[in-house]
Amino acid sequence: MSRLLNVSSSPHVRDTVTTKSIMYDVLIAMLPAAAFGVYQFGFHALMVIVLTMLACVVSEYVYQVFMHRPITIADGSALVTGMILALNMPPEIPVWMPALGGVFAIIIVKQLYGGLGQNFMNPALAARCFLLISFAGKMTTFTLDGVSGATPLAQLKAGNMVDVPAMFIGRIPGTIGEVSVIALLIGAAYMLVKKIISIRIPAAYIITFSLFVLIFGGHGFDLGFLAAHLCGGGLIFGAFFMATDYVTSPITPKGQIVFGILLGCLTGLFRLFGGSAEGVSYAIIISNILVPLIEKLTLPKAFGKEGK
Amino acid sequence: MGLATFKGGIHPYEGKELSENKPVQELLPKGELVYPMSQHIGAPAKPLVKKGDRVLAGQKIGEAGGFISANVICSVSGTVKAVEPRLMVNGQMVTSIIVENDGLYETIPGYGEERDYTKLSKEEIRNIVKEAGIVGLGGAGFPTHVKLSPKDEAKIDYILVNGAECEPYLTSDYRMMLEEPEKIVGGLKVILSLFDNARGVIGIENNKPEGIKKLQELVKDEPKIEVRELLTKYPQGGERSLIYAVTGRSVNSSMLPADAGCIVDNIDTVIAIYNAVCRQTPLVRKIITVTGDAVANPQNFSVKLGTNYQELLEAAGGFKTEPEKIISGGPMMGQALFSVDLPVTKTSSALTCFTKDMVAEQEPTPCIRCGRCVSVCPSHIVPPMMMKAALNDDCETFEKINGMECMECGSCTYVCPAKRPLTQAFKDMRRQVAANRRKKA
Repeated sequence: MSRLLNVSSSPHVRDTVTTKSIMYDVLIAMLPAAAFGVYQFGFHALMVIVLTMLACVVSEYVYQVFMHRPITIADGSALVTGMILALNMPPEIPVWMPALGGVFAIIIVKQLYGGLGQNFMNPALAARCFLLISFAGKMTTFTLDGVSGATPLAQLKAGNMVDVPAMFIGRIPGTIGEVSVIALLIGAAYMLVKKIISIRIPAAYIITFSLFVLIFGGHGFDLGFLAAHLCGGGLIFGAFFMATDYVTSPITPKGQIVFGILLGCLTGLFRLFGGSAEGVSYAIIISNILVPLIEKLTLPKAFGKEGK
Repeated sequence: MGLATFKGGIHPYEGKELSENKPVQELLPKGELVYPMSQHIGAPAKPLVKKGDRVLAGQKIGEAGGFISANVICSVSGTVKAVEPRLMVNGQMVTSIIVENDGLYETIPGYGEERDYTKLSKEEIRNIVKEAGIVGLGGAGFPTHVKLSPKDEAKIDYILVNGAECEPYLTSDYRMMLEEPEKIVGGLKVILSLFDNARGVIGIENNKPEGIKKLQELVKDEPKIEVRELLTKYPQGGERSLIYAVTGRSVNSSMLPADAGCIVDNIDTVIAIYNAVCRQTPLVRKIITVTGDAVANPQNFSVKLGTNYQELLEAAGGFKTEPEKIISGGPMMGQALFSVDLPVTKTSSALTCFTKDMVAEQEPTPCIRCGRCVSVCPSHIVPPMMMKAALNDDCETFEKINGMECMECGSCTYVCPAKRPLTQAFKDMRRQVAANRRKKA
């Protein structure tokens, strides 16, 4: 035999799914929501999306060059962070703000903790909260068709009626990517079919949240009120795209259900009893911190050791 | 109700179409034959012959070196050329008997003659199996006579014949189902005669409908034997997966199948038992699939133990494309070879030759905690945590999170999108933990 044979430990075959293919599938899944945002809010929304993603990729590249680490921008994870952050931005925000958020997400939250797979908080959400605290005014000004107005959730909190079908389609003020429930559900279905995410976290989250609203919402068994809460304020976006972030959610199947239940309770608590109308982002990053504990408590029983 | 199966598992590309329709061809050895004294789990056998001795086909040339050990039987007639260390598939140098084949295939007296097992006592049957050098031919190589002698004979209520053949590319068991099904049933009846309370179940994955049909026809008048169709999923043929699929009982790493009332034997092992007991033919041949995209003419061969792998490759027409990787066994659990100058042993099952090495193509990247490994693990353990323990060389944590329950099936590594060498790390850890346990004991 003329050349040496390869030798390695078994198994000798690999699935075609790679980290990169997963990241690009997540990007594809966010496209409907992003497209709707651009269609509804115009060119500026597109600029926000493009520049935030660019800021994320460039900061990852620069960090890795200066730290003499392998350049991993091709894996698409920085693009996903950028996209999620951008979709969480109000459409009229000055573009330097989300760009700054992107730098914060990648450098502070992701790379300083060890890079891909090591961060304990969702980078995009941590950056969003950073921006919310730093630029509260700009971050909570929502305009639609040139008129700034309160989001449906804020109206709901003020005791006003809201238009649920408009919320489902997305004809409401809000952040670029969270408004259209139907666009988000199309993306979520894509991820579920391609087995990028499992239904456990979103289902546990949404069911728990619904029960919480029905019990503590003060409206009794009012399905209209419930529907408004489900369609508003980034709950669907959060449940399917942010709470399911691999790195910052539990890896154990039971832990994922516990995580979802925790999210549902926290979101309900923040929305119904908190000062702000919103609650998804904070619920997710607080739950992120509890992931190691949840995993420890939900270790699966090994096969053949069920009774012990 | 769905088909019998287990929780977890994967669906790798099967690759069986390359060789599944090729009838088994008998291949006679050309060169010298090499019989390693350790082709089973347990103590090595002791050589009974020395250089210059004349040996016959069917003659015992290695004597079991303990209770958990197995005899080695000569598969040809000829002269002993040497007794010396030779390279084995697992990379070890093992004392081997080298026999120069005289091409006469002269046998010991009584070889190949029929025998009625119903006239034999249980002890006689167990002794015949032991003398014939039969071990688990599915790959583990555990001495079969030990398996057939559990502590509590009356507690055994299932004899499972493992016809899952879940390992991709392998078709040798399937061919035997089509070509010698009556021997499978015959061998199973011999085993059943040892256990009064047991019934026999032949478990076959549903990607082999012809095999299922053939055996179902044969057992339709056998009250104590049934054929069970299993869902095609890797590792369905893992002992624990099979027991669970058929009986619903769970066996962990510190238990034997017998603790769950089961004895599991591979298709070819059952045939070997039939041959030894009813045909007075000890274990001297093995069915080997030579396959893979590099092989010119993928085939199934019946070969004498001790034959050189090189002869198998030649008989399959050699390579149509230069291979990058050659595996003894299948792609999931097989052993990659750096040389094919190796003898066929009792645990050989296939030579799989690939023109591309998928492992070398992709660099491992950081774990993104996607959880795919957790959902496919048939042992229901958590590979990323085990990997962390392995990277920290932390045997204590590894054991605590049930790392020893890993059966090294490779499913986690197959699905890992970050292409991390999980199984490899777990094999190392398991060996370390086992060594530590021995030290303590």
